[in-house]
Amino acid sequence: MADIAFLLLIFFLVTTTMDTEVGILRLLPPMEKAPQPTEANGRDVYEVNINDANELSVEGIPMDIQDLRSGVKEFMTNPENSLVLPERRSVNRAICEQGIALARSRMLHASDEVSKQVHQKELSTWEHKLAVTELIGDFQELPPNAVIALRTGSRTSYAMYMNVQNELEAAVEDLREALCKEKFHREFKELNEKSSDDRPLIKAIRAVHPQRISEAEPLEVQSIR
Amino acid sequence: MSRFKDTSGKDTPPISTASLPDIIFMLLFFFMVTTVMRETELLVKITLPEASEITKLEDKALVDYLYIGPPSNEALGTEPLMQLNDQFAKLDEIDPWVKLNEERRDEKEVPLITRSLKVDKGTYMKIVTDVKQELRKSNALKINYSAAQGR
Repeated sequence: MADIAFLLLIFFLVTTTMDTEVGILRLLPPMEKAPQPTEANGRDVYEVNINDANELSVEGIPMDIQDLRSGVKEFMTNPENSLVLPERRSVNRAICEQGIALARSRMLHASDEVSKQVHQKELSTWEHKLAVTELIGDFQELPPNAVIALRTGSRTSYAMYMNVQNELEAAVEDLREALCKEKFHREFKELNEKSSDDRPLIKAIRAVHPQRISEAEPLEVQSIR
Repeated sequence: MSRFKDTSGKDTPPISTASLPDIIFMLLFFFMVTTVMRETELLVKITLPEASEITKLEDKALVDYLYIGPPSNEALGTEPLMQLNDQFAKLDEIDPWVKLNEERRDEKEVPLITRSLKVDKGTYMKIVTDVKQELRKSNALKINYSAAQGR
């Protein structure tokens, strides 16, 4: 009996794979209305290029991968109100309430269904922002079209690409972690998405520091070069 | 006074092995329950890149895998190939594959499906970019770049 059990035990021991699937999660832009980061306002786009020789350049200037994280953080926070980085607009309670009132009145006077829906959307974004201010107070908002555009050459190695993705992820994560420590005195990683107490906090922090990485169209890469 | 035996001169009795089968069975059941059999046999060689900022995929049942890497069979050359299910596939086979995987799941679960790209770290970006474009065309937007914990 014990022999058979041993045999089975060894079989399952050998075949078991304990690894859980881990990796970097990304959302691809939908095909039909792909954003065109090149045509957006220049200061709102953080261009990260990796060429065929695996060399990294940011906004056309060669950069070492160790500096990428601080570069992205600077782009996302624009601490010195630089004119070449996105303009951060401050959001507070009064502005949100104003926005809500304006969207409401526009909705009332909307003539057709389409414009009504547009204002409805506007209203819900303002309401969302108001909820965020209630949780973390006044904050600086990144413009909605601010984006990190990541481009690669066709012979860029996947390992390098993943290094860069990892740094981009780390930069956003660092900012969120710092904000979470400051406002809620907790670690962002420890917030649980499934708990109804923590979910609004996670949403608020994500609203202040959104992760906007556009994996730009490969065709555009060729036209730029 | 022989009621109290002097035990100091004797060896300690051997440990009873009567509970050994129980322990073995317990381990056996543990491994039987946790085992997930690998469904597909890999036809490509994959060494995953390392990353530190990784997230765990919650529901394994909602993950589909695409494998990209140089073929294990060296007679097929060293150029990276893509494997879907258990065979090599071309780019235009991605769309039917996505549709098939969506159909076999519940409608509610379809937006939650993640496509995990298991790509060898030596691969050039061309094939990865092409695959991503195909996934976008099929509206399979939630992807995961599979990585190993590192650094």
